[in-house]
Amino acid sequence: MKIAFKINGKSITKEVRPSLLLIDLIRDVLKLKGTKPGCLEGECGACTVIIDGYAINSCLYLAINVNGKEITTIEGLSGTKSPLHKTQEKMIEHGGVQCGFCTSGMIMTTKAFSDKCIAEGITPTRDEVKKSLEGNLCRCTGYVKIIDAAEAVYEN
Amino acid sequence: MMKKELKVIGKSTKKLDGKARVSGQAVYGHDIELPNMLHGSILRTKYPCAEIISIDTSKAEVFEGVECVITANDIDVNNISYKRDHPILKKGTVNCNRDEIAAVAARNKEIADKAIQLIEVKYKVKDGIYDPFEALKDDAPRVNEFGKGAEKFGNKNIAESFHYEHGDLEGQKAKSKVIIKKSYELPRVTHACMATSNITADFNQLDGRLTLWSSTQVPFLYQRDIAHALKMAPSLIRVIQPIIGGGFGSKLDMHPFEPICALLSIKSGKPVQILFSREEEFILSPTRQPMVIELTTGADENGKFTFREVEIIKDNGAYTSWGATTPFVMMQTYSSLYQVPACKFDSHAIYTNNPFAGSFRGYGNPQATFSIETNIDLMAEELGMDKGEIRLINANYKGEITGQGLIYKTCGAIPALETVIRKSGFDQIVNEPKTGRYLRGIGLGSMLHVGGGAKIYRSDGCGTILKLDDYGYLTIVTGSNEIGQGSETVLAMIAIEELGIPMDKIKVINTDTDVKPWDVGVHASRTSFVAGNSLLGAIKLLKEKLNSKASELLDIETENWDYMDGKMYFGEFEINLDKVAREIHFGPPHELCTVSYFYEPPSSFQDKEYKGDVSGNYAFASQAIEVEVDTVTGNINVLSVHVSQDVGRVLNPIGLQGQMEGGVATGAGYALTEEMIYEKGMLKNPSFHGYKLLTTTDMPPVHFYPIETYDEAGPYGSKGAGEAPLIPTAAAIANAVSNALGVRFYSLPITAEKVLKALSEKKNELKLERVYFKMSVET
Ligand code: FES
Ligand code: FES
Repeated sequence: MKIAFKINGKSITKEVRPSLLLIDLIRDVLKLKGTKPGCLEGECGACTVIIDGYAINSCLYLAINVNGKEITTIEGLSGTKSPLHKTQEKMIEHGGVQCGFCTSGMIMTTKAFSDKCIAEGITPTRDEVKKSLEGNLCRCTGYVKIIDAAEAVYEN
Repeated sequence: MMKKELKVIGKSTKKLDGKARVSGQAVYGHDIELPNMLHGSILRTKYPCAEIISIDTSKAEVFEGVECVITANDIDVNNISYKRDHPILKKGTVNCNRDEIAAVAARNKEIADKAIQLIEVKYKVKDGIYDPFEALKDDAPRVNEFGKGAEKFGNKNIAESFHYEHGDLEGQKAKSKVIIKKSYELPRVTHACMATSNITADFNQLDGRLTLWSSTQVPFLYQRDIAHALKMAPSLIRVIQPIIGGGFGSKLDMHPFEPICALLSIKSGKPVQILFSREEEFILSPTRQPMVIELTTGADENGKFTFREVEIIKDNGAYTSWGATTPFVMMQTYSSLYQVPACKFDSHAIYTNNPFAGSFRGYGNPQATFSIETNIDLMAEELGMDKGEIRLINANYKGEITGQGLIYKTCGAIPALETVIRKSGFDQIVNEPKTGRYLRGIGLGSMLHVGGGAKIYRSDGCGTILKLDDYGYLTIVTGSNEIGQGSETVLAMIAIEELGIPMDKIKVINTDTDVKPWDVGVHASRTSFVAGNSLLGAIKLLKEKLNSKASELLDIETENWDYMDGKMYFGEFEINLDKVAREIHFGPPHELCTVSYFYEPPSSFQDKEYKGDVSGNYAFASQAIEVEVDTVTGNINVLSVHVSQDVGRVLNPIGLQGQMEGGVATGAGYALTEEMIYEKGMLKNPSFHGYKLLTTTDMPPVHFYPIETYDEAGPYGSKGAGEAPLIPTAAAIANAVSNALGVRFYSLPITAEKVLKALSEKKNELKLERVYFKMSVET
């Protein structure tokens, strides 16, 4: 099947088989390796990408369903010239990264959530920030610093 | 040791490669792609215990896209594992659910997985033996044909035994006012690293060299092990470590899939990659030791501990991993956590048809600590003593030489305990009345762990090579490796501190055994300590070169140069560091600014009785944890965690705090939610859905109060810290739950189900008591 979509700002048309998962399209076909496979069962959030503003698990999503949509992966947050996105900066600053395997997913979830909050003019509570990250597992950090980083995105 | 004022050490410093890790640029094993690379897949047994009658690979071999298939008959290899009792591919019999029977390399993963299904294996299924106590019986079948239990330990199914004792046990028993004997059962839990296990192997048939991209924590031991397995010369094997997505001890042993991948590459002549699915990861990666601990402890009428006597039966599984040596750590805890006048320790690891356990952050210590701290609470209750007080009067102290021979040159045990008791409001919460649906409780747990490496191999050292280039950039080539714990950053901080070179001019090279000098590996919380000391040694040599050249250039006589902001200073004299480096290179003596240093810690081997001062220093910590239990649902909510730890000296506060929080999270999971459920050797919950890790909403705040004791052995006075925060967490949580509910738990995890069951038993007991009371009043 032929699909056309935008990824990290670039328009792409691709021939894909209907059973191809989005994570495989991203990692194996497009070679964007920053999106991580933690479980491929929708349980860990490491594979999170943003589609039209929503954070989704790319391991549960069929590639054909991105037809006509806009995808952002972790690579889309920092270009060769532009510095790191605020969510990334905060993650480093607050020590939210240890092994880093969960980090792409954490950042993409945080980005989608904070974009939505900022658009609606809301500053979420710490509990709401925690809740937004509930689907993302991390084995290294104990989450505290990741939550700190995700909260700090709302600082001016 | 006095606290010396420092510029960088002790200040929160961002992770050296943080940018790569937040931007998706960091390359993990999963991200490696080599030209012509094949994908491997492994056929595992259907049954945990069976005879293999036949293996037919003919259909798989001709399957389109398959490049090679191997079984035990195609390979000439040695057994692997700590006891060399583990065949890489099995023939004759299979002994546990992980057993590898055949492997395929194919053009892609899908083809490899399909080809595996085409291999036909005929089995004669046997009953198997899944309970270590059953395996000890005379009529039990022998589980592992390579086991030496019969000759060495008097039972064919004993894989490893340890016996230790010190002090006058009987005398101390006689002195005891209270003696508590309890049996504890610890579950099987797994590391659940976010990145699943992986390896890429590339054998070059032209020169006979093998390159492995492997996420081992111990590359040099691994090189030796895999060379032994494959009957190759170790130096022909190059181990490159991609970024590792979580270790926690799981990558200490080499596992069969690793030599299998190498064999597929050797046979196919192409690079081969094996990646585990999450299900495979649950089934195949090593676990923490499940065990039954019978612990008897005593105290005199003043609450002073008198003795500990412990007998441990560990489920070794079918093969013997490093995990069998966890008693090295456990006996240290039983003999030397708090003052213990007499101790007797016996442990046996028993072969069963369960999967084998490996090493896991804490290395037996969380299990031991849970039993000890529960027994302490029980003794306090029986003596009518305060739970903080009983711990304080028995706490370890500076200058103590324990029964096992550990020498506490510095010791923060008492301040750590005092701190968490005070900061958590322990005295108030522990004594408050417990009424209503939600009951609050608080518990204490302390721990002792090695802080300066542990001598378990002939060398516990680490090498460093430093290269200061013509432009003033420093390359640190260190034997130690980074597995996410932040050791690279600490090394860079040390270099900044000593040489005044800014962070962006420092590179750390640590991933390639062909390049880096030897190191024993990441374990035993040793990296900052051993690699830090090694780096300091190398810096000293580098400074000697720079000092004498700078003095010569400026025509002054001094060895006391200060290093700051890329310059060297002496009084009113100053000179650029890069200039000095260039002068050494381009002028006489025409040398490079390169030095090499090897640090071997001063620790010693234990003697035959397991006595001796095995570590450069020791870490101490206490935790006070507050919980709230919902008596209707049985749910336990951890409200807050107070951690105080003797870290010697804080090197990087933000990194250290991260280690604390991460350790506590895994410890809390161990206490409350995590358990691998096995039925007759087969895992029933191999997914994150069935095996519950804590999530963001479960995580309590972690209040951390470091204790700085400035231990001379460690870099700037520091001690290893990485494993400690996990160790007493389950113990403290269990004590807190028991404080809330008035019932004790002797097994982990303490699930809602267990809580409800315990509460209903308690109710029934109370009812019965009331009936008896009524009856006795009436009669
Ligand atoms: S990899 Fe998609 S949720 Fe885990
Ligand atoms: S940093 Fe390792 S899993 Fe989150």
